Amino acid sequence: MAEAPKPPAASRAGMKKELPERFRDYKDVWVFIEVERGRVHPVSWELMGEGRKLADKLGCQLAAVVIGPKAETTKRAIKQTYHYGADVCYIVEHAALTDYRNEPYTQVLTNLVDTHKPEILLLGATPLGRDLAGSVATTLQTGLTADATELAIDDDMCLGATRPTFGGTLLCTIYSLNHRPQMATVRPRVMAMPTPDPSLSGRMVWDSFKMKEADIITKVLEFVSDNTSKDANLAYADIVVAGGMGLRNEGNLRLVRNLAQVLGGEWGCSRPVVQKGWATADRQIGQTGNTIRPRLYIAAGISGAIQHRVGVEGADLIVAINTDPNARIFDFAHLGVVADALTLLPALTEAFARRLGARALAS
Amino acid sequence: MDEPIIEALEPPKPEPKGLNIVVCIKQVPDSAQIRVHPVTNTIMRQGVPTIINPYDLFALEEALRLRDQYDGQVTVLSMGPPMAEDALRRALGLGADRAVLITDRRFAGSDTLATSFALATALGKIAEERPIDIVFTGKQTIDGDTAQVGPGIARRMGLNQLTYVSAIDSLDLGQKAIVVRRRSEGGVQVLRSRLPCLITMLEDTNTIRRGSIQDLLRAARAPVAIWSAEDAGVADPMKCGLRGSPTVVKRVFAPSPRAEKAEMVTIEGKAPAQIGDALIDLLFARDPKLEAVMTAPRP
Ligand SMILES: Cc1cc2nc3c(=O)[nH]c(=O)nc-3n(C[C@H](O)[C@H](O)[C@H](O)COP(=O)(O)OP(=O)(O)OC[C@H]3O[C@@H](n4cnc5c(N)ncnc54)[C@H](O)[C@@H]3O)c2cc1C
Repeated sequence: MAEAPKPPAASRAGMKKELPERFRDYKDVWVFIEVERGRVHPVSWELMGEGRKLADKLGCQLAAVVIGPKAETTKRAIKQTYHYGADVCYIVEHAALTDYRNEPYTQVLTNLVDTHKPEILLLGATPLGRDLAGSVATTLQTGLTADATELAIDDDMCLGATRPTFGGTLLCTIYSLNHRPQMATVRPRVMAMPTPDPSLSGRMVWDSFKMKEADIITKVLEFVSDNTSKDANLAYADIVVAGGMGLRNEGNLRLVRNLAQVLGGEWGCSRPVVQKGWATADRQIGQTGNTIRPRLYIAAGISGAIQHRVGVEGADLIVAINTDPNARIFDFAHLGVVADALTLLPALTEAFARRLGARALAS
Repeated sequence: MDEPIIEALEPPKPEPKGLNIVVCIKQVPDSAQIRVHPVTNTIMRQGVPTIINPYDLFALEEALRLRDQYDGQVTVLSMGPPMAEDALRRALGLGADRAVLITDRRFAGSDTLATSFALATALGKIAEERPIDIVFTGKQTIDGDTAQVGPGIARRMGLNQLTYVSAIDSLDLGQKAIVVRRRSEGGVQVLRSRLPCLITMLEDTNTIRRGSIQDLLRAARAPVAIWSAEDAGVADPMKCGLRGSPTVVKRVFAPSPRAEKAEMVTIEGKAPAQIGDALIDLLFARDPKLEAVMTAPRP
């Protein structure tokens, strides 16, 4: 992806070059399935849902790539890929692939691409996915769009990956016209979670692991688990209440937390709130924080910049509270109130507490 | 034949000690001060102050710490327009030993692949003097947010890639061994790897020092090496800039408002409590199951 948005390049000569001969037989949509310590990252299934749509549009197959140790957990992940729509699963199993390490994973994925030639390769924009995607794209010398918020196939059957540009108002669509595979990473929760169909199955293609443990320089000495109970489970919450700079100071974030608590939801904030040090980074909502898809999202004192918008648009119901009737957030909210959040939040909290009864208050 | 050659030899230079570190930094507009043109919807960059990409400061500080502990040299390297020299000078003021700016029209429009090509080429040039032990970059930039340039450089230079590092636990120069903590899903990987390596530093892992008076004075006068593509060792300009970028931005556009306009809750003449009740009625009307979700037992 371009580091800074370039001007619309439609006029640029040479852009619509024919795809070079050596890429002509690149076919199929691939999703890298992120399995760490036996657990498949949900973003992989979200990408399978999206990949299925792209493959159907292209009239090609959807393939999953599973890399890991020869273990029950890997086997389970392979089986699940079919439930989420894979026609075929490419598999490389070896003890050296037990923990994620850049070197062997890059080697394996690059080899698979060179052998089986996919036209599209999608990865989650997680620490693992970003670490791997950058290496693989560089090795293959192909284009990679980070943090896409929308994927679509255009009339020329090319992948257009849309993401926000710097500055907060515009989106851009990026193509890798003359290179294959076309690569993109997508953040967790940006795409909807598809419903698995346990009756489905598909083909398995095994490939061998060509390295030796002794050749791999980096060793994992230890994994220290976070014991995440204290971390916000914002991304997967059903109800989210968030505050922005309109709250004016750190203390007023309490109003957001109180409402979230009465609603049995999670709380979050916009990026400047994190930058001010009023909240920790795990509370940030938006393109560079958590993408959320709750049933209900209440945004108080948030202007609705594009980076915030793309992180919340998956919500079923968006309520905006803002003093500015022209705030951009009203462009994509379902319900809006032009009001001072500092008075409305406590009033709303109280009204909900009354409505939901003693049970909510007791917790 | 032997005689003149021996005479031509310079006295041996002292073997350089310690670590040879290069930190890649980028000059970015200060996002806090960016404004958007109300009519055209485009970013107004004019007059917006520039800063060193905030994530890069954690990388720079870590590099300076290693140098202070193990001796050696920290070079800051940037690709950008001529004015990016400011960012490098600021880095010198914070304590970097020397600075290199690669700037050339041919770099314009680089995507991450072309950027990592240009930087890796310049790093190769720097390494000709003396092999590089560690290349640092920030986790990502605040304007592109891709986190792809670091891995790109590592791959091109064959460096061991250590991304999202929160701490360097140990470093053994003799053995060329390094142990780092790397953020991963749900925890931290403790990795043992080898120099030379590329480290992308996680934010909030250290606090950037305030430059000393001597450093600030030195920074004002110190030369910043300005390299063209050719100086940096670029042999194939087709790999640079727009032409070397596989990605193409085809369309820039404003997001469209939701087809259905937001329903506005009227507030005229209502007390906050009444507005709250009205809002709840609307919410429950739109999603009748919400109440059950809100009152569901909590863990
Ligand atoms: C690369 C990049 C990535 C970014 N990633 C993210 C991201 O992940 N998440 C994110 O949120 N931002 C992100 N941003 C920042 C984004 O562009 C905006 O700057 C940010 O979302 C604005 O935050 P805000 O709405 O809280 O503040 P402001 O834009 O300052 O808005 C404050 C709002 O509060 C309203 N207000 C004021 N007083 C009151 C009151 N008493 N009651 C009610 N309303 C009031 C104002 O009318 C205004 O609309 C990113 C920016 C860049 C450049």
